[in-house]
Amino acid sequence: MLSPEERHEIEEELERYPTKRAVSIDALRIVQRRRGWVSDEALRDVAELLEVSVDEMDSVATFYNLIFRKPVGRHVIMVCDSVSCWIMGYDRIREHLTKRLGIQLGETTPDGRFTLLPIVCLGTCDHAPAMMVDQHLHRDLSPEKIDGILAEYP
Amino acid sequence: MTKIFVDGKAYEVKADQSLLQACLSLGLNLPYFCWHPALGSVGACRQCAVKQFRDEKDTRGRLVMSCMTPAADGTRISIEDAEAAAFRKGIIEGLMLNHPHDCPVCDEGGECHLQDMTVMTGHDYRRTRFPKRTFHNQYLGPLINHEMNRCIQCYRCVRYYREYAGGHDFDAFSSRSQVYFGRYQDGVLENEFAGNLVEICPTGVFTDKTLKRHYTRKWDLQFGPSVCVHCGLGCNISAGERYGTLRRIVNRYNGEVNGYFLCDRGRFGYEFVNSAERLKQPLQRQDGKLQPISKARALEALAGLLADPKKVIGIGSPRASLEANYALRALVGADRFYTGLSASAARLTAVALEMLRRGPARTPSLGEIERADAVLILGEDVTNVAPRMALALRQSVRQQPMRKADQLKIPRWLDHPVRELAQDQKGPLYIATPAATRLDDVATETYRAAPDKIARLGYAVAHALDAGAPDVAGLSEAERSLAARIAEALKSAERPLVVSGPSLNSEAILQAAANVARALSAAGRAPSLSLTAPECNTLGVTMIGGGSLADAFQAVKSGSADTVIILENDLYRRASARAVDEFFSSARHIVLLDSVTTPTVQKAELVLPAATFAESDGTLVSSEGRAQRFFEVYPPVGEIQSSWRWLRDIMMAAGRREAAAWQDLDAVVASVSDGIPALAAVAQAAPSASFRLAGAKIPREPHRYSGRTAMLANINVSEPKPPEDSDSSLAFSMEGVFAQPPASLIPFFWSPGWNSIQSVNKFQEEIAGPLRGGDPGVRLLEPSAAEPRAYFTPASEPTSGSAGEWLLVPLYHIFGSEELSRLAPGIAELSPQPYVALNPEDANALGVQEETSVTLSLESVSRTLPVKLMPGLARGLAGLPAGILPIEGSGLPAWSRISRA
Ligand code: SF4
Ligand code: SF4
Ligand code: FES
Ligand code: FES
Repeated sequence: MLSPEERHEIEEELERYPTKRAVSIDALRIVQRRRGWVSDEALRDVAELLEVSVDEMDSVATFYNLIFRKPVGRHVIMVCDSVSCWIMGYDRIREHLTKRLGIQLGETTPDGRFTLLPIVCLGTCDHAPAMMVDQHLHRDLSPEKIDGILAEYP
Repeated sequence: MTKIFVDGKAYEVKADQSLLQACLSLGLNLPYFCWHPALGSVGACRQCAVKQFRDEKDTRGRLVMSCMTPAADGTRISIEDAEAAAFRKGIIEGLMLNHPHDCPVCDEGGECHLQDMTVMTGHDYRRTRFPKRTFHNQYLGPLINHEMNRCIQCYRCVRYYREYAGGHDFDAFSSRSQVYFGRYQDGVLENEFAGNLVEICPTGVFTDKTLKRHYTRKWDLQFGPSVCVHCGLGCNISAGERYGTLRRIVNRYNGEVNGYFLCDRGRFGYEFVNSAERLKQPLQRQDGKLQPISKARALEALAGLLADPKKVIGIGSPRASLEANYALRALVGADRFYTGLSASAARLTAVALEMLRRGPARTPSLGEIERADAVLILGEDVTNVAPRMALALRQSVRQQPMRKADQLKIPRWLDHPVRELAQDQKGPLYIATPAATRLDDVATETYRAAPDKIARLGYAVAHALDAGAPDVAGLSEAERSLAARIAEALKSAERPLVVSGPSLNSEAILQAAANVARALSAAGRAPSLSLTAPECNTLGVTMIGGGSLADAFQAVKSGSADTVIILENDLYRRASARAVDEFFSSARHIVLLDSVTTPTVQKAELVLPAATFAESDGTLVSSEGRAQRFFEVYPPVGEIQSSWRWLRDIMMAAGRREAAAWQDLDAVVASVSDGIPALAAVAQAAPSASFRLAGAKIPREPHRYSGRTAMLANINVSEPKPPEDSDSSLAFSMEGVFAQPPASLIPFFWSPGWNSIQSVNKFQEEIAGPLRGGDPGVRLLEPSAAEPRAYFTPASEPTSGSAGEWLLVPLYHIFGSEELSRLAPGIAELSPQPYVALNPEDANALGVQEETSVTLSLESVSRTLPVKLMPGLARGLAGLPAGILPIEGSGLPAWSRISRA
């Protein structure tokens, strides 16, 4: 069940678009902001509210890599694997992260603190390699810098 | 016409099409994936690239997607250009990166567009060394198999399923190399036209699950050009056999009828032919039990029964061919032949036939229905009664919005912009039925009411169109204004269409539909009127003429007849069990010819095994009034033979020498066309058996058909001579010439380099146009030029029951309501169980819930059924599933009380 707040926020969005279906992405983001991810149940609820089939809603949800259809940790690390970062040492960054966190790309640490995901170019190639943790961009990465950064996210 | 240059050669081509379409129409080989003639162009796959040059001096040119480029006058392109060819080869290489290369175990193999295109582009060596991505496949129901790893991301399936067929439970998921086509969760695909995915998908992702259970490659199947027997529309099918069993049905393109698509009942209902319910031997009742007897004994017994021909009547069938019905009529005499339709079906069909003959409205082909630009449906749940028509109607609502694209000079084949422009706009489609229908999502407005009220709405529409048409009193304000809106929409359309039919057993509805059509004509429009027919030859047997089943009952009751020959008909589906039982007990001798075991078999004294459509030839008249010939796919085994042959043999046994002339189908067709003036044209439905293609018969088998010398070696090591076919110019063989036969005689579509069904491109006059030489079939009905008949006058009051009574109405099911397809396991699995449907508010008032058992009485027999809540059902009505309970002919609608059991 969507919470009254979620429902209210989505309904507010509805006023800004010509069709209900157009609110799909916003609605999914609203849910994700509050819950961290979009469960099957939440997906069905949103689909019902927007009067589209679950299939169509999931088509939207799975298309966007920033809509999470599986639970994620408290913090989501998105490490850029596009070309500039790759040239500038993405491999080392990934190796360091996976070793330090003890997980592979796409996984969440057992304590639920971090989820590690790859992402395409973050638009900061001049400061490659780069990664994002939650909403924050971290640039000119080196393995040494990373430990300090991780410490900022309890 | 415009002129284009392809590889230096000038061609005249039709304007308003893409270069791809123009090249394919010219018979040139140009590979493609995402384009489909019924879906238009989206430019997604990049497979159709060609080099385009500015003018003759331009030698460099640039690559363009031929499916996205109009064939404008003076366009110069090259298909052969080395860069273009290398590009196309590279595209396939890319598409194949993740492909499992599992053709040997893939059901698509040997008729795969991906294989064909791969060969055409010359991509023959895999260079990538990386792991392939793999997917989980889904359970999509009993009819369709899913194997996602073979996907090349052309997006045709999702465009077809969602945009063309209107399905919602299917989509594309995820992105990049992970794109997945399927459902949100495993489950039965809900759309009634899902089976077309099998042909739409150019690879082996979606394949026919019923074929899988008795799999045979296309090249090993023996095919017959046939006609679907599962409703009145007469879709053309190509049916394939191996080892004496029917293996599958695919679409047989007919530009005017089914086009590229079938419904799932038609595609998957075929398994009744292989079912355990088949009758295979003559049977005779001995000591109360049916025992097998020889053909000779059966005929001898029949000759005895026919000793006094005046005492014999024949009951024909709307699911038997013209030839079979006519042969029975010849056997018993015209005045002792009954059509086998229930009294009400006979009356309604006669009324419908008269309307279509008198005009002014013309019966449209399915192709014309698709092009209608305003539609009123009176009383028919089209998706469940005449399924393929619903798919055509779904396209019709695009006609008006597409004019916007025309104004902006966006070609209609440019699918994306045209759909973007239209957004959710739909042209006028008004649906008046007792319950919700599967076309409601594209309807402008719907009206839910009892049959009488539906008729009254129709009368009001006619009156709104032409003040000279009689009005009805007592309509509500809302109904009046709805009628006015409908009238306005129909009047302002260029090609208005009225769809109606006998489903609700209401003559008033048919008359109201005729009034609307007549009023449209009075208002200066050229209306079409499409009346559904419940079975594949309802119209045909009615055109032969004869009394109804009730008349036959009367003939026996009155003692004027005591021996009854029944042709391919289960009387229990057409009249109440009481009436049929009474009939059977008063008749002295019951002889039945049928292909499957039915309750009627249990009453017969003699049973003769009749061939199904797959083992026989004949002609059917569709609801359009189109006579179409279906041809044997394979010879019947054992004692089974075509009904008309049985009837001929019976006549011969009884000393009726005239039947000796009926040695082959053509002779019977000639008798039909001489004997019944309305059917004079049936001989033209297909060429006669003497037709030869370059001096030879047309092979039913692909030339790669394997195992002919060995496949019967378990029976006899010397290879038998292939069976002769005296009935048609088709041969049970792979020998013959590869050339295009006349359209009605194409057993399967194949062309060198084009092994998939998309080879139909090579058989059309132009892409998506008629088959070369004209689409199959001959139209028997055209409105007469004579003065149209006067308007029908409505009854002054809608009928009503007494207090506390509910009006029971039939509700139809694509899976379950039709007699033969129900015997196919996949269809049976999808058929509903008996129920009584109630509007939830009515249920509430009655104090019952979903599944509560209630009792109602029908023809004074009481029945207990579980309640099914049906929100779309009009208040005051109770819906019963048609053809599922044995109540078909018993005269629904009827009034009954309903109480908790
Ligand atoms: S499943 Fe078939 S039709 Fe759908 S995208 Fe893949 S290859 Fe194309
Ligand atoms: S619409 Fe009717 S004729 Fe066409 S395939 Fe379906 S059942 Fe057969
Ligand atoms: S490639 Fe990593 S930020 Fe651009
Ligand atoms: S067919 Fe032209 S791009 Fe796919």
